[in-house]
Amino acid sequence: MNQLRYVYAVTRPFDGALPEDLRGIAGEPPRLLSHGDLVAVVSSVSADDFGEIPLRARLEDLDWLTGTARAHQGVVAALTSITCPLPLRLATVCRDDSGVRRLLDTGRERFVRTLERLDGRVEWGVKVYAETPAPEADTPAESASTGRDYLRRRLSERRSREGTWELADAVSRRLHEELSRRAEAGMLHRPQQAQLSKAPGQNVLNAAYLVPREDSTAFIECVEGLRPDQPGLRVELTGPWAPYSFAGEESDR
Amino acid sequence: MTVTRPTPLAQREIALVDLLDRLLAGGVVITGNLTLRIADVDLVRIDLNALISSVGSGVPSLWEESP
Repeated sequence: MNQLRYVYAVTRPFDGALPEDLRGIAGEPPRLLSHGDLVAVVSSVSADDFGEIPLRARLEDLDWLTGTARAHQGVVAALTSITCPLPLRLATVCRDDSGVRRLLDTGRERFVRTLERLDGRVEWGVKVYAETPAPEADTPAESASTGRDYLRRRLSERRSREGTWELADAVSRRLHEELSRRAEAGMLHRPQQAQLSKAPGQNVLNAAYLVPREDSTAFIECVEGLRPDQPGLRVELTGPWAPYSFAGEESDR
Repeated sequence: MTVTRPTPLAQREIALVDLLDRLLAGGVVITGNLTLRIADVDLVRIDLNALISSVGSGVPSLWEESP
């Protein structure tokens, strides 16, 4: 079976070893490939999955994508407890070890610069959800005795939804502004679709912030301190993540 | 408004969407002469978008050029 090299992350040389029971994609143990002053964390993957043609089909398979993404994250998460890894984008594949070395050579300057920028930093995710009242079904409810009552109620529901939206928008802007000031960097992901996230409410803000690891507690407190008391809004914090959202250069985003 | 305090990532199941936001839109993207990006990712993108509209603009994947 033809084997390719999957590259999870690039790091500086570090003391210590990967956990022995750590498994990456397809259950393969990841290993360190040192080259010059950089280390690539790699494992063997089958060309039947990661070759150019099969990979397109695999990426459309949500179960496969889920397993692959979780395995990638598992390796990066294990690395974050040992060093500060520079995570690569999902499905970065080379033909063999010498291909990985060439990848390190070619990107060396950029890897070194980015590793320096991200050293000791973690990423926190902050999402704001608006929980608007669900629209009523189109059949007039029993409680609406007249058509006019019905219309009046629909209008008030709509206003309430719009009010929640406006509020969510204002809160999100303020939160993002404040947190961006507080963090070393901030960036916005696209709001998540409820059908995939299965989270209640509508995602309004989906942001990531780069924070020195030791400032994490203060950052979390800052998020909590900024919460207004309006109902219908929910703020969700995730992390600490490896700095995935800040690993690219400006030109990649 | 409530703030959900995070539990360390290692101790709970990470939401797939949060992960895909980072793995498909974040991370270092390798480009250059030695690597080849899939030019035609439309199929992948369409299907992924149907399921995962939250992710980034493409699903690049990289190979070295054949010698």
